[in-house]
Amino acid sequence: MRTKLFILLAIVVSLGMMGCESKEEGGGGNKGMIGSNAAEKVYVAPGEHDEFYAFMSGGFSGQLSVYGLPSGRLFKVIPVFSVDGEKGYGFNEETKPMLETSHGFIPWDDSHHPELSQTDGVPDGRFIFINGNNTPRIAKIDLKSFETTEIIEIPNSAGNHSSPFTTQNSEYVVAGTRFSIPITETDVSIKDYKEKFQGSLTFVSVSDDEHGDMAIDFQILVPGYDYDLAHAGKGPSHGWMFFTTYNTEQAHTMKEVYASQNDKDFIAAVNWKKAQEYLKAGKFREMPANYLNNEYSEKTHTAVSKRETSVRVLIPEECPGLIYYLPTPKSPHGVDVDPTGEYIVGNGKLSADLTVHSYTKMMKAIENKSFEKEIDGIPVLKYDEVVAGVVEKPGLGPLHTEFDDKGFAYTTFFISSEVVKWKVGTWEIVDRIPSYYSVGHLMIPGGDSRKPWGKYLVSLNKITKDRYLPTGPELAHSAQLYDISGDKMELILDFPTIGEPHYAQAIKADVIKDNSLKYYKLDENEHAHVTKSEAETRVERNGNKVHVYMTTIRSHFAPDWIEGIKVGDEVYFHVTNLEQDWDVPHGFAIKGARTAELLIMPGQTETLKWEPTQVGVVPIYCTDFCSALHQEMQGYVRVHPANANVELSWGLGEDDE
Amino acid sequence: MIIGSALLLLIFLFPLWRISLDAPQFPEGINMYIWVNQVTGDDEATLQNVNILNHYIGMQKIEPDSIAELQYFPYIIVAMSVIGILFGVVGNKKLILTWVIIMSILGILGIYDFYLWLYDYGHNLDPMAPIKVPGMVYQPPLFGSKWLLNFHAHSYPAMGTYVLSLSVLMAIGAYFIKGKKGDSNEKAA
Repeated sequence: MRTKLFILLAIVVSLGMMGCESKEEGGGGNKGMIGSNAAEKVYVAPGEHDEFYAFMSGGFSGQLSVYGLPSGRLFKVIPVFSVDGEKGYGFNEETKPMLETSHGFIPWDDSHHPELSQTDGVPDGRFIFINGNNTPRIAKIDLKSFETTEIIEIPNSAGNHSSPFTTQNSEYVVAGTRFSIPITETDVSIKDYKEKFQGSLTFVSVSDDEHGDMAIDFQILVPGYDYDLAHAGKGPSHGWMFFTTYNTEQAHTMKEVYASQNDKDFIAAVNWKKAQEYLKAGKFREMPANYLNNEYSEKTHTAVSKRETSVRVLIPEECPGLIYYLPTPKSPHGVDVDPTGEYIVGNGKLSADLTVHSYTKMMKAIENKSFEKEIDGIPVLKYDEVVAGVVEKPGLGPLHTEFDDKGFAYTTFFISSEVVKWKVGTWEIVDRIPSYYSVGHLMIPGGDSRKPWGKYLVSLNKITKDRYLPTGPELAHSAQLYDISGDKMELILDFPTIGEPHYAQAIKADVIKDNSLKYYKLDENEHAHVTKSEAETRVERNGNKVHVYMTTIRSHFAPDWIEGIKVGDEVYFHVTNLEQDWDVPHGFAIKGARTAELLIMPGQTETLKWEPTQVGVVPIYCTDFCSALHQEMQGYVRVHPANANVELSWGLGEDDE
Repeated sequence: MIIGSALLLLIFLFPLWRISLDAPQFPEGINMYIWVNQVTGDDEATLQNVNILNHYIGMQKIEPDSIAELQYFPYIIVAMSVIGILFGVVGNKKLILTWVIIMSILGILGIYDFYLWLYDYGHNLDPMAPIKVPGMVYQPPLFGSKWLLNFHAHSYPAMGTYVLSLSVLMAIGAYFIKGKKGDSNEKAA
């Protein structure tokens, strides 16, 4: 009955009749209560820097956006899982391998959760990871260059949602299957879900050096539920990883109803240090797999795809003590561990209450073998033996919780569209504030780490409706910034985001900004087709393949005219930007290219493949306004008929003619 | 005298002159350093970047390898240092005075040479330059500040010049001390 009520409520909300519990606190209708000094709090004067970097997922854009807080200014959209014509990502020859998968080249994904690398449980600003939800992958972005430098595909997985949450020292980032599937993948009847479908929890190791190389260390095969979100233990609970589950009913159709029946689903607690012992002892199975690991080198400026053919798999039945289930009411979504590492919050999205487990109690229950039952070798701990407390009737549809540095937790409620602040330990609600509208994740800088910077809170909202100027049927999603430094939360800013900002992470700007790369050193450029000076520029033909070794420097291409290209040729423009100064990229575009532009950073080499289909003379030009004579930075390529008998010729300036 | 002459060798460790350029697009500034044996910038790419900017107004490229003075000046400095030390050991007053006079002439010649280079860079412009401002020359000041189109150029002596001056001053000091105390212990200076 209660279930139906919630579903009904959700439908009501999605129909647009806002369930406005918030009105009484709203003050000015539904515009939110804005303090008179809100503008002052978010005003970052022209030329001043923000206090925090915020990294917001692009959701169904597949990318990652970089904002400043508290100003809400957008600095960069980093292409990750989707091609980006602006930067040539996925279009130039160097980055095409980044988007290769076992299914072939994939130009899009759905990116949900950015996760900063950590040292001692604190974001360290080396890397940020983000999951590809649709075709399961994890990407790593280097925070010196703000570029995607690695993508690893996750085999035996579907719907990589509970990912890429990190352990305390980024020993691992994880990947849990939102959609269970037959493992290994075979075509079985969907109706055989209960018997033949399984989930997998993947632990991807991250090398402890400047590269942070990712590799799949092991997978755990688990019952066929939906593994939703995850968070690592920290401090005393370091060594454990927690995953939420729903659909423990194991429904395979009409999940909105059939997967919402059980009073309790589970939080899976994985002892990954134990897993390492089992691996060492050889208690794993080597399973055939097929997945790609794509790495971009900042030396060769080129990505390489490597195919992997097996994974090490642990089976819970064969590895006692590896994994336990903590019963948690009703389809828990987020699982969030407080800064002390003691409390594990299960945000039961269909529950009326918020359940908090205790790590100490969990360990005691394991020691005492207080098991309710066992599922496929996984002991289910007794609920009463692990629960630390319950936040009673906090709101409708709890999704996610983050923490400040003063012992408070903040939980989002999707259905009642609000953020609720409560005290860790006493479980009492101390404040609540509306969000506009239907908040999913929330983010406090460092709010899932051991040391939150408890100054701001950002709610990431799915619906904006009347909040901004309308833009037709498709409206922006939004981020709302709250000041949480006082007793009462205060809404201070509201800004639109790209795609759907599922989750975000933020870090003190000081940790990152001084490491930011200004340009790539030309001396260190090891690209296979680099041209390090204008003297080396040339055009070479090999059958119907033509390689153009071109350079850019303010304000010309070398060469800037080429003749002898024929219809049907495959022309590769290997363009090296000879500039060695900050903020002097050059663009390269050619008429009729069915790819995109190149946007070449100083010291970098990028390659555009161009297959001319028409006879004529086509211009090339620089697309990034580089200098006072940017408009003059152009040239011509002459295209002869396919059967023409012509030699290649090229040049720059009168002397060369 | 000996210390003063030995001090001269320190100018290999410090630039003699600094020319800095300020413009709105270069909030961090562009700094060039003129040494006795090289021309450097804030980093290894500075000269390339200055040359890129200069080519729009037709200035020649600054190429340290093609500036002959940077090749032979170091030998003169080393020679003067060795000679100065020898003179100091010998301790002859007239020799010290001779050294001071030669150094002063060399210093003045050096600055005049530097001025000629600046004049040449500023006036000897490529007639094909994309940007030509009638009547405009781009000679950076020898000493002081000056607007060159969008750049505010500042040119001042740097540590190396101070070291060089100190070296000559110490020699002058040695000359006078020697005058007072006679021939006995001028080496202390």
